[in-house]
Amino acid sequence: MSVLAIVEQRMAGEVLAAAQQFGSPLIAYSIDLPYTADAYTAAVEELIRKVNPTLVVFGHTYQTRDYAPKLAARFGRVLIGDVIAARPPVFVRQMFQGKFNADVRLVGDGPHFVSVQAGAWRAGSAAAETFSPSSTTSRQMAEPPFREAGRAVDLTAADIIVSVGRGIKEKENIPVVQALAQALGGELAASRPICDAGWLPMDRQVGSSGQTVSPKVYVAVGISGAIQHLVGMKGAKTVVAINKDPDAPIFEVAHYGIVGDLFEVVPALVEEIKKAK
Amino acid sequence: MKIAVAIKQVPLRDSLLRVNGAGTWIEEENLSFEINEPDAYALEEALQLREKHGGEVIVISVGPPRVSQTLREALAKGADRGIHVESSNLDTLGVGHLLATALRAESPDLILTGLQSDDLGYGQTGVVLAELLGLPSSTIIMQVQVINDVQPGKVRVKRELEDGWFQHIEMPLPAVLTIQSGLNKLRYATLMGIKKAKTKEIKLVSASEVPQASAVIEKLYAPEKNKQGQIFDGDAKTAAAKLVEKLRFEARVI
Repeated sequence: MSVLAIVEQRMAGEVLAAAQQFGSPLIAYSIDLPYTADAYTAAVEELIRKVNPTLVVFGHTYQTRDYAPKLAARFGRVLIGDVIAARPPVFVRQMFQGKFNADVRLVGDGPHFVSVQAGAWRAGSAAAETFSPSSTTSRQMAEPPFREAGRAVDLTAADIIVSVGRGIKEKENIPVVQALAQALGGELAASRPICDAGWLPMDRQVGSSGQTVSPKVYVAVGISGAIQHLVGMKGAKTVVAINKDPDAPIFEVAHYGIVGDLFEVVPALVEEIKKAK
Repeated sequence: MKIAVAIKQVPLRDSLLRVNGAGTWIEEENLSFEINEPDAYALEEALQLREKHGGEVIVISVGPPRVSQTLREALAKGADRGIHVESSNLDTLGVGHLLATALRAESPDLILTGLQSDDLGYGQTGVVLAELLGLPSSTIIMQVQVINDVQPGKVRVKRELEDGWFQHIEMPLPAVLTIQSGLNKLRYATLMGIKKAKTKEIKLVSASEVPQASAVIEKLYAPEKNKQGQIFDGDAKTAAAKLVEKLRFEARVI
């Protein structure tokens, strides 16, 4: 099947590698426009009508999530998003927050739409042609991207990170994990829900919307390991997971794990560390 | 302002999930359900916007009869009325069509929904809905500021990008926004709210015809275990001692 890859700077090499596996002939384009959802939807629509591909492949970036579903709907299709493997026309993606995989089969004629997960394909060449649409209109007016001033905590420099997730149950329990961070001489971090709830400040969040870290040791306490969290810490040299659910996806990336109640395991761990020091 | 919030009912967090007999979806019998978490934040944002700008909040959900419970809970939190489109359709585009058909008659000024569902996790319903209604949209929203709530309305939003970057975007109303968890603080239903909710209207709508799905779930299964790691057994103390040994002599951080 003929494949059109839409590349942006982020994930360009991975998208091309995936697209190459999905079929041929392959043609790759980057869109020569400042991004807005309306402008990109119209531009890629024009490109699809010109190229007439069976399959359109994107990286599963925040930008893709913002406009590709709209584009697919315009062609009466659903975007198969966040794909981790493929045997076209069957594409594999996670569901139920990583608890299950699903084989999703494309039905009917193209164009079909697929976006691939970051890290699922090894990046190859990132060569792409540039497409400039014939006209552009957009209802969205986008201002330049910015970062929140004064990120107080730089987790990227930490050698040891102890990170806490939903398993901690209540804000009042945070000191349990904080004690472990202190015993190890590491920084305290958290998964998104903990920061959403205001139990720890946002600048301690690890994951796709927080910081990407690669410490020597990353201890995940009560974190199930949703993909949004994993992308932020997969680079750690040693990953330790403590979780009561033996099927939690975090154990897939852990070098060492303890299956058990964190309220028993963590204090025991603190005690053993103190003994060893 | 008339604000519509599309909410989804999903299995209770931490439910023990099993694949059904056909191997294509989860076994739903004996499960409990709740509002999809990001949708709860979308509802809260709608309620806060109503407090600021006046008007009404309509909650709408597509799903089987059990969904009415989640709609009732949203009414108890303060939504004014509900619309229940009865359908067990799971296809994102199908659901988009069902929502669009029901909302077209309402012509809301603003439509909010969570950025993704905890079950399918496609994160597309809001964007697809915008396309079907011909409205502008923006996703992964951390802040909503209605600049002008009378015609022609306008909204300014803060959109989350990767790696701690954000962006402000302005667009005309009506518009569709998908809401990120954590942008506000969720309220609980009050006793008064629960009492009032009993008299609020939930309009039951039968499903209109939708296009055939362009993709189907052929098989749902537990991911293959690929554990390279070492799991330490025994009681907490024994396991902790084994782990500390590894951290000391292998990872060398103690």
